[in-house]
Amino acid sequence: MDNENKPSAAARRQFLADTARMACGVGLLGLGVGLYARHARALPPAAIRPPGALPETEFSAACIRCGLCVRDCPFDILHLAKPEEPISTGTPYFVARQVPCEMCEDIPCVKACPTGALDHFLKDINKSKMGLAVLVDHETCLNFLGLRCDICYRVCPVIDKAITLDRQVNARTGRHTHFIPVVHSDHCTGCGKCEKACPTEVASIKVFPLYMAKGQLSSHYRLGWVEKEKAGGSLVAPDVEHRYNLPEGMKYESGKGLSPSVPSAPAPASPPGSGSGLPRALQGSKL
Amino acid sequence: MKLTRREFIKTNAIAAAATTAGMSIPGVALAAAPEGQDGVRWDKGVCRYCGTGCGVLVGVKDGRVVATQGDPDAPVNKGLNCVKGYFLSKIQYGKDRLMRPLLRMKDGKFDKNGEFAPISWDAAFDIMAQKVKATIKNPDQGPFGVSMFGSGQWTVWEGYAANKLMKAGFRSNSIDPNARHCMASAVFGFIRTFGADEPMGVYDDIEHADAFVLWGANMAEMHPILWSRVTNRRLTATHVKVNVLSTFTHRSCELADAELIFNPQSDLAILNYICNYIIQSGKVNKDFVAKHVNFHKGVTDIGYGLRPNHPLEQVAGNNGYPGADGKPKGNPMNSSPITFDEFARFVSEYTLDKTHEISGVPKDKLEALAKTYADPKTKVTSFWTMGFNQHTRGTWVNNMIYNVHLLVGKISEPGNSPFSLTGQPSACGTAREVGTFAHRLPADMLVANPQHREFAEKTWKLPAGTISERIGYHAVLQSRMLKDGKIGFYWTSTTNNMQAGPNVNGEIYPGWRNPKAFVVVSDVYPTVSALSADLILPCAMWMEKEGAFGNAERRGQFWRQQVKAPGEGKSDLWQYMEFSKRFKVEEVWPADLLAKAPEYKGKTLYDVLDANGQCDMYPKSECARVNAHAWANYTNDESDAFGYYVQKGLFEEYRRFGLGKGKDLGEFDTYHKVRGLRWPVVNGKETLWRYREGYDPYIKAGETLKFYGKPDGKAVIFALPYQPAAEMPDKDYDLWLCTGRVLEHWHSGSMTRRVPELYKSFPDAVVWMHPKDAEKRGIKRNDVVKVSTRRGEIELRVDTKGRNKMPEGMVFIPFFDEHRLVNKLTLDATCPISKETDFKKCAAKVVKA
Repeated sequence: MDNENKPSAAARRQFLADTARMACGVGLLGLGVGLYARHARALPPAAIRPPGALPETEFSAACIRCGLCVRDCPFDILHLAKPEEPISTGTPYFVARQVPCEMCEDIPCVKACPTGALDHFLKDINKSKMGLAVLVDHETCLNFLGLRCDICYRVCPVIDKAITLDRQVNARTGRHTHFIPVVHSDHCTGCGKCEKACPTEVASIKVFPLYMAKGQLSSHYRLGWVEKEKAGGSLVAPDVEHRYNLPEGMKYESGKGLSPSVPSAPAPASPPGSGSGLPRALQGSKL
Repeated sequence: MKLTRREFIKTNAIAAAATTAGMSIPGVALAAAPEGQDGVRWDKGVCRYCGTGCGVLVGVKDGRVVATQGDPDAPVNKGLNCVKGYFLSKIQYGKDRLMRPLLRMKDGKFDKNGEFAPISWDAAFDIMAQKVKATIKNPDQGPFGVSMFGSGQWTVWEGYAANKLMKAGFRSNSIDPNARHCMASAVFGFIRTFGADEPMGVYDDIEHADAFVLWGANMAEMHPILWSRVTNRRLTATHVKVNVLSTFTHRSCELADAELIFNPQSDLAILNYICNYIIQSGKVNKDFVAKHVNFHKGVTDIGYGLRPNHPLEQVAGNNGYPGADGKPKGNPMNSSPITFDEFARFVSEYTLDKTHEISGVPKDKLEALAKTYADPKTKVTSFWTMGFNQHTRGTWVNNMIYNVHLLVGKISEPGNSPFSLTGQPSACGTAREVGTFAHRLPADMLVANPQHREFAEKTWKLPAGTISERIGYHAVLQSRMLKDGKIGFYWTSTTNNMQAGPNVNGEIYPGWRNPKAFVVVSDVYPTVSALSADLILPCAMWMEKEGAFGNAERRGQFWRQQVKAPGEGKSDLWQYMEFSKRFKVEEVWPADLLAKAPEYKGKTLYDVLDANGQCDMYPKSECARVNAHAWANYTNDESDAFGYYVQKGLFEEYRRFGLGKGKDLGEFDTYHKVRGLRWPVVNGKETLWRYREGYDPYIKAGETLKFYGKPDGKAVIFALPYQPAAEMPDKDYDLWLCTGRVLEHWHSGSMTRRVPELYKSFPDAVVWMHPKDAEKRGIKRNDVVKVSTRRGEIELRVDTKGRNKMPEGMVFIPFFDEHRLVNKLTLDATCPISKETDFKKCAAKVVKA
């Protein structure tokens, strides 16, 4: 497991660059080495920067390796990268699977930063974006298998916002529910609590840097139900009332379809696996 | 061995082709043998934790449980488990398993203040026997001063053997299960309303209900697999509604169509309001009520189960404690018949306005809930657990939920089900059915009832008068009696009362450390209880012994011994039987009793209780015969030790108690083949819905429904009021403190805390509080705070977000964490009827540490 977490490879080039940087203080050596360092360096995915960290290239440039953020972290979560690690030497990071960020309300690490490498405009820890949790392995996630784990969900400090449980029928048993964890990037701070707590031998949910974790929809298509909700109603003129030719005793309602017009006893449970429960699109919303 | 999906398909394809061609492929034939290709032997078992009773398959290799799987053929869980169940294979293998008996010693001798040192089983039993004999002779203590505390984690035969050893052997009724802390109120509710314990319904109610109402039950975390079923019902039948009543917002509220957060204790008012609404709106099922229901008014001035010198008890007129004249002050159980009209008048004061005022629940939500119960077309299943049971009015509140269901006749049929859930794997099977309570005998019989004692004595081949008519010391009373020096010998097993019992500082710890008491803890790990004892006995656990559990839907499930216990660990069953050899009957029985059975003179308790021609009637060869379908030459450690099939003998003797009384269990052999049976099992057939014609074999044709636990076949609706809690927030202690559980850990965590993954997932208990309450006290999330009550204080971190959302004025702390013992803080106030502690309500304050 240590191999998985401890960034170890390809350290040499970086080491040289970092040594050069350190020797020269804050970038005094000049643009040549500095630029080289910026491009050569990609932070290993398991290493997560403290809250409020600027984008990696800017962060590396602004961080003076003073270690004050590490000193002020009340939970001893942050490390300073050592020369043998493939991370800019002397810069702060943490590894979620080892110790995740506790998301202090007063964000002492940011306050401690003398240069703004950790952005002082970050006042609300819930707005931080250290990374993004991704449920990477659907084959091993216990909830995907129908078990009731949902530890990632419950351990999440932004529970019900950053991670929700999407309920789906377990067609195999016909009686149980899959509680599928879904991460919402607008609320996930990347604190890593979920990755730390995931009980599978290798974590099934992991925090990655945003640029690796986040997809993006194209602007040429919009989700109709989302747009409607945002607008508080139809974006176009509302539909007119429809009328239908129907036999005696039947009614037909938009969205519901055909049913007897006399109210009947509550419908019986649908047979297992028929999938005739709530439409998929409705399942995300509060039932 | 790891088969990839592609390989699996290939193997099967080859097998299919081979079958067609009439060939036999070696690799495939192997897979059908009892041991798989990887050398793992699979056998059926039951999950070790809660009362849901999930079936598991246990994989053994080289004498070790190496894996488990959810049993895909188990009707309860169909192959699924919660995350605790996922780690079952690790619970037996914590690094600090107890291997040898350990006695506190100084200079080679027992010393109450000595250090633990290993001794032999022989030496352990020597000192135990000496202490038992001394206690019985001590005029201050006597037979009842020999006391035992077990649990709903005892296997059926362990509980049965313990019960027999105590009530018949030592003639002490001071045996109680920790189920007293858990569902005693449910038991007394059942007995008082129906005259018979345990639910009428089954889990299948879930698939038939139109509405669910959770009363003080966080099923999402505490019954994860049942919750998965409830959710599926909600998902697949869109008309179904879920109502959650609680004193704070928890994970079950996430599915709720209606979330009703009420002020602590006001559930009493809400239930009376619902009855009032049903009556006022003309929705009483008059035909049902006329045929099947009586009305009673209960006495009210019943106290709070505190020590008799507590001011609240001194003013109580019906707490049953000795009054100034030495006679008991009434009896909290008492009630007198009333009419329906009188009941209607009684609940009429619980108007919507008044109930809203008491409970703090918005009126529209109260009314909608009442309508759900009242609507004759909506089938309602009510679930409850500790919110109801751990309540100073726990018996009442159980009675009162039945009031609601009975008024509308929504009971004992698919989907209409008041359903009391349990939290231990055999709370029903062992604690309740075997009757290991201080007042009970097997199959709902009572020590106070002369016919019941006579039946037990005859069944056990004992002289009349062996069993005492006096009720023994219940759980909380045991702690007090230890502190008061009235208990001289105390033996606990499968439980951890120093962590899970109330008021550890004030009662339990001083009691255990009282020099007048000798405390023995049988356990598998050094729990805080074990470390507080005088003698620790190492046990066999779960798959290290043959076992039987009974779950919340009356389903009894058996398993075979899969592996040996490590070190010198022994099952509780072996401990009770072997220990009973240390007593000659004349050492523990009075001469006049022995005179009635002169044939027992000179015999040991083992001869009288176990080698009685019944428990020892199945030879050891039966082990192999009964279990031949599973594997060849099966045997277990107890049968090897005593020379006969111990478990079968005990079970078949035990079974006699329930036959023909609506408590019929199936035959021993059958349980070893099936995935559990739901009792009553009559003519080999199980019972789904009790008391209902067609489902229940005890109901004759044309009777429709009969609550046959009561002599006239009618259940009782009780008129009972709202009354405040024993201790409420005030200016010094300004917050309600509620305790409970989290999904990741089971009860006191002695098993789950030893699974590294579970430990890591929730390492330390926290106190959940409302952000405003935190802010007012200058506390930030994650700060360390001191939570204190009049009884003690603990330090832990604050969480203001996360899974539990507290209302202002209330905090919640789980009890799993042995480093942060929340029960140092709790009050040992109990329901005066059930004697179950209210762990949900006391007054606390929180300051920054």
